[in-house]
Amino acid sequence: MSSDKEIKFPEETLELVRRMMKRYPEGKQKSALIPVLHLAQAEFDGWLSPQVMDYVASLLNIQSIEVYEVASFYSMFNLKPVGKCTIEVCRTSSCWLMGAEDVIRHIEKKLNIKTGQTTADGMFTLKGVECLGSCGTAPMLQVGAEYHENLTLEKVDSLLDNLRKEDKRKCYTDHFDPQSN
Amino acid sequence: MGKKLLLEKDHVPGIRSYEVYRKEGGYASVEKAIKSMTPEAIVEEVKKSGLRGRGGAGFPTGMKWSFLAKPPGVARYLVCNADESEPGTFKDRYLMERIPHLLIEGMITSSFALGANTSYIYIRGEYFYVARILEQAIEEAYKNGWLGKNILGSGYDLDLYVHVGAGAYICGEETALLESLEGKRGNPRIKPPFPAVAGLYGCPTVVNNVETIAAVVPIVNQGGDAYAAIGIGKSTGTKLISASGHINKPGVYEIEMGITVEDFIYSEEYCGGMKGGRKLKAVVAGGSSVPILPADLILKTANGEPRLMSYESLADGGFASGTMLGSGGFIVMDDSTSIVKNLWNFTRFYHHESCGQCSPCREGTGWMEKILHKILDGHGSMKDIDLLWDIQSKIEGKTICPLGDAAAWPVASAIRHFRKDFEEYVQNPSSIKDVHHYYRLNDLTEA
Repeated sequence: MSSDKEIKFPEETLELVRRMMKRYPEGKQKSALIPVLHLAQAEFDGWLSPQVMDYVASLLNIQSIEVYEVASFYSMFNLKPVGKCTIEVCRTSSCWLMGAEDVIRHIEKKLNIKTGQTTADGMFTLKGVECLGSCGTAPMLQVGAEYHENLTLEKVDSLLDNLRKEDKRKCYTDHFDPQSN
Repeated sequence: MGKKLLLEKDHVPGIRSYEVYRKEGGYASVEKAIKSMTPEAIVEEVKKSGLRGRGGAGFPTGMKWSFLAKPPGVARYLVCNADESEPGTFKDRYLMERIPHLLIEGMITSSFALGANTSYIYIRGEYFYVARILEQAIEEAYKNGWLGKNILGSGYDLDLYVHVGAGAYICGEETALLESLEGKRGNPRIKPPFPAVAGLYGCPTVVNNVETIAAVVPIVNQGGDAYAAIGIGKSTGTKLISASGHINKPGVYEIEMGITVEDFIYSEEYCGGMKGGRKLKAVVAGGSSVPILPADLILKTANGEPRLMSYESLADGGFASGTMLGSGGFIVMDDSTSIVKNLWNFTRFYHHESCGQCSPCREGTGWMEKILHKILDGHGSMKDIDLLWDIQSKIEGKTICPLGDAAAWPVASAIRHFRKDFEEYVQNPSSIKDVHHYYRLNDLTEA
């Protein structure tokens, strides 16, 4: 929970928000909502609290409800706190055929959590997600912006170990560097 | 080796960068289009090419373009559908990741043909790292004068932006995509009006798939007739196929339309045969939504003709014995696969992804998932198989968007072709392997 942290983007991110808003015609700045929510989730501990959503609404000059209804529709937005690294294992079709279940069971056992839960130390959240478009390199999982493909249980082990060692929050927007126009 | 139009250069070192792409002949279609063609002439070439929408529906692209309304003083938009979320499909990601400038070039040439001055690439949120690659490519294109004001001194202006989604299968449906691009929930719109008349911000809009837009580049460069000369019948040109499942060489393959399915699965040039030499049981040929076919019907039509990789041949026999080319998401299953369990997996997907607007889809997908779960739990009855059939028949054609059909067809086809697999599970629950090794209903609630 980010209650003790003031909910405000740093100037650098605000500049990015302004650039995002300029991508859409005059009066249609609501279009920037999803991209800005991604920035907000990355900035404020990986999830969208009501306070964060209200802040985003104020930036885009729209009603809070317009933000809530969008944030609750899309699966990439977390409405509850999550761990530093959300492990998102693809569970659909080809990944399932190629052993996604084994990957999920293995991670559950290793982290001692069920899918949907967060480890006690707040390091990992495990999520089952739908087809991530990596069917030819199945099974696979996503952490932040990174795809990890052609998984074996050994690869999963070393990935989790590395993430724990790195001890860094992973976000979808990591390394994101939009065009300057 | 078949002819390649899109992935001819995908292995050239550095092709992701502007310099290499340009040196390899990139952006020629923009030069040709802007300097020597009228927008109408480009639309004509696309019509002549016979190009059909590569996202799944297969609607003729030239015709879609010619429907675009052109009221004076009203902005027109081109939106590229890079939402790629049909299970089994990963070709657009491959193309954007490997040769991002091919998509940018296609967007510029196509935007010029349609008279759009602002265009968007709507990419699924999970592809954030691909969005980054596209942003860099667009930045390079601006720097080199292919985007922005007065392109090539022609007076034509174009701005191109990437817009990321946030995880919703439904946003691959073009009107849901437009809603999402407007900053709303991805609820499909009732049609008409079609986007060609009232699309993004109520303005005339064309929405095309990544591969469709990329195909405009060779069509403009070589002419529509040259494109139409490749392929077979009304399936012109080449198609990117995403091959996955129990095969030796999964991956993205550019095929000339008209090669045989047997060749595609077993030849070294493509899938390289079945993994571990196992027997082919079934194929989902065009993404999870299209009817599943058993081995005999995917290799040969009901009339005993070899089945070809083309819109027409894959559809031969209708849904009784055929399927669809769809998005080209080609999922291969060997004889170890449980068709019932696979169907449960697909149905759970559609239940999860239903936007909830239409009750047949919102409720029906959940009911089907529960019934399949019951059968897999060893508590199914013969009546449940009929009930599944009944529910799917009441979803198909009764929803605002095609997700309803997409959820119904896998169920109908699995029962049609593999009814005995369902009956076996019902009559002999001990034949159900791994009974506790699939996800429980409540096991995967979202984090």
